Amino acid sequence: MSQRLAPRDVLGQTLTELGQENPNIVVLDADFWPASKIAAFKDRFPDRFIEVGIAEQNMMGIAAGLSTVGFTCFASTLCVFCSRRACDQVTTSIALPRLNVKILALYAGLYVGKNGASHQALEDIAIMRSIANMTVVQPADALETQAVLRFAAEYDGPMYIRVGRDPRPATVPADYKFRLGKALTLRDGKDVTLIACGDTVENTLAAAAALSKKGVEARVINMSSIKPIDEQAIVEAAEETGKIVTVDNHNIIGGLGSAVCEVVSEKMPVRVKRIGVKDIFGKSGTNAQMEERFGLRAQDIEDEVMSFLGN
Amino acid sequence: MMSEKAVDVRKLEEIANRTRINVVKMIARSGIGHLGGSVSIAEILAVLYFHEMRIDPKNPDWEDRDRFVLSKGHGCPALYATFAEVGFIPKDMLMTLHEIDSPLQMHPERGLCPGIEMSTGALGQGLSTAVGMALGARLKGKTFRVYALVGCGECHEGQIWEAAMFAAKNKLDNLVAIIDYNKFALSGRTQEVMPLEPLYDKWVAFGWHVIEANGHSVSQLINALDEARTIKGKPTFIIAHTVKGRNISYIEDTWPSHSVQMTAEQVGSTLAELGCPKEEIKAALAQMKEYK
Repeated sequence: MSQRLAPRDVLGQTLTELGQENPNIVVLDADFWPASKIAAFKDRFPDRFIEVGIAEQNMMGIAAGLSTVGFTCFASTLCVFCSRRACDQVTTSIALPRLNVKILALYAGLYVGKNGASHQALEDIAIMRSIANMTVVQPADALETQAVLRFAAEYDGPMYIRVGRDPRPATVPADYKFRLGKALTLRDGKDVTLIACGDTVENTLAAAAALSKKGVEARVINMSSIKPIDEQAIVEAAEETGKIVTVDNHNIIGGLGSAVCEVVSEKMPVRVKRIGVKDIFGKSGTNAQMEERFGLRAQDIEDEVMSFLGN
Repeated sequence: MMSEKAVDVRKLEEIANRTRINVVKMIARSGIGHLGGSVSIAEILAVLYFHEMRIDPKNPDWEDRDRFVLSKGHGCPALYATFAEVGFIPKDMLMTLHEIDSPLQMHPERGLCPGIEMSTGALGQGLSTAVGMALGARLKGKTFRVYALVGCGECHEGQIWEAAMFAAKNKLDNLVAIIDYNKFALSGRTQEVMPLEPLYDKWVAFGWHVIEANGHSVSQLINALDEARTIKGKPTFIIAHTVKGRNISYIEDTWPSHSVQMTAEQVGSTLAELGCPKEEIKAALAQMKEYK
């Protein structure tokens, strides 16, 4: 998979394959399927495609009820409405009874096609990872998205799967298998560790390549499993590289950076620099404008790392 | 047939009364509990579990069982008492109500106790889960029916109406929602807190078949549930007119009946009014004193 593909572009095909393999897979949608790119499942399995309308709270409850009858439910709409809107339903109807519902949350973070602050989920990782029994995952590319969906179809329990809207380059190997709680080291290095997930992996890798030209060898970790998080990979990074930089497509409060800090501060205290949205709301704009405004370009990451290392 | 039905009615009334007695004992021992909205649903639960629903007391997880979701989760002392009557749980478990490690939490949690189909307590959510179960039955080709009991204050939640639209759109005629229409929310009469009327017209407008019944008349409830079975292509909503705090004379039809702490005198006189034998009253008062 050398071409750039959006994680959402593989949802329809992958869900359809899973639906063919398992008659108990159902997909719920809150009036968003054209943007979720899940029409293939809808067309192939109309009876197992459940349209709830713009009623995300009801969607979570219906998914919970269906799961008690033996269905593996993928409930899908935008991240903001899965998390901010339906938070209590996810908590009480899904997480508390630990039901087999996969929340397929689209349009991660800032990259929402000019939709602006009302549609930018900058809080969802914080919300979801603080709910007991919930797991939180964000794949970095289309291939990892397929792997995560395959994992989700087999995993018995609730998951929050945060899916990016826009094309990203392939970063995981062709034979990749997703493992919950396991990070993937994309590049090794001894001077500093950069930890990213989802959309930020691309520019983090580019920053690492640029840093290398300046003589700074950065380890790059794709932390797609945000909860449970790979504590061992974080502790090793702290021990072996001494400093950690996290890159969040999310508010720096409660996101990936916070999750990493929780591990570092208890297990192997080292300095951590959190790059991400600095507790402000998003804006309408192109992805390039988002990256520039919120400091997520490869150059921004490179500059932050150099400054953090005291260069 | 008539005599059989008459016997059935009396038996169900006795079960409902035992539920009230047990609820009072449980809440007395716990020190606090949702008394008013538990005793208002005693007949509804008795009719569902001992007349209407297809269940197996020896196998609470039987795949083809009818499902019941207590969407107004705070009424669960009455549900737990009904479970003990059915045989899902031992009777002595009732006296662990609200204890930290008890399966009988203040709001029901699926998985902790046999018979609890869904975790509820955050109002407005249970009906959606019941809708999911009813849809699941259809998708699986199963004939089980699904029953949900909602509160009247609960109908202030928008999610109730989202679920109502979905159930009608999908013609879920295997779903019956019953409202414990005691006309009180926590802080006062629903008519003052947030009016629900015209409730009948609202549910009709949302595409449901609607039946009104006296929620303390087992025969009217039986007739309503019988009628619901005949309805095809629509879910049924039963408006069960009830009285909050029913048969607990000192709180009946008052809003402070929502969550109460009972004194020993109130427990003693209430149990006596419900026809509880003297030895049982004595034991309940002793347990109440001992636990505190």
